[in-house]
Amino acid sequence: MTATLVVPTALRGFTERKSELSLEGATAGELLEALVALYPDIRPHLFDGEGALRGFVNVFVGEVNIKGTGGLDTPVKDGGSVMIVPAIAGGAGSFPSAGGGRIR
Amino acid sequence: MISLFRDAEALVRSEAEAAYPYECCGLVMGVLDGQDGDLRKGSALVVVANAREGDARRRRFSIGPEDFLRAEREAARLGLDVIGVYHSHPDHPAVPSEYDLSHALPFYSYVIVSVEGGRAGDMTSWRLAPDRSSFAPEPLEVDPGPARPES
Repeated sequence: MTATLVVPTALRGFTERKSELSLEGATAGELLEALVALYPDIRPHLFDGEGALRGFVNVFVGEVNIKGTGGLDTPVKDGGSVMIVPAIAGGAGSFPSAGGGRIR
Repeated sequence: MISLFRDAEALVRSEAEAAYPYECCGLVMGVLDGQDGDLRKGSALVVVANAREGDARRRRFSIGPEDFLRAEREAARLGLDVIGVYHSHPDHPAVPSEYDLSHALPFYSYVIVSVEGGRAGDMTSWRLAPDRSSFAPEPLEVDPGPARPES
């Protein structure tokens, strides 16, 4: 079963700048594993050290976030579209870094 | 290096001041150039409502996947890419926090503006190291070219 995986700009540095990949897999999880098999360096940005999907990584099968449809076991239709969609988080707190380009 | 069109840079500042004492946030759209997209020009913003609630917004921001998807599609419609994220640090320096680091994505420019007492000050930009261990400062400049702010 083949589906199209849409890669966000942030992760295209790991996919030879490709925004879409045609991959084999029957579930969202299998598709991501196929991606990681092809581009191993992308793994730490998708999964944490225990193999769970990072909290800020969302996967949409069609228009639906898999968080509400069975997670990585969500089935993917042949010819379907799956998107990796980041959620962005951050904010002030402790400050480990200093310096940097700045403008005032 | 990231070059922000003047109107986009001004919009980051005004959004930061309007949101004070809470954090503002949004996405930067633009074009990529140079080897590995290291030269980027931010020409427009997608302003996003901070998805955190109540006082949590003083120290945290969140952009949900639906808002991100909307921005990706808007960028594609304009022939642009989402190239970065901006947010404010109310009454704190414009440097990334540990929380910023633990939640960061590679590649994107993380533009941070400090807001002291309601007035926007230093603006900096940062990029995540490939091994996720730290942020590296990224030169930031203002380009006088035309901007297409989005909201």
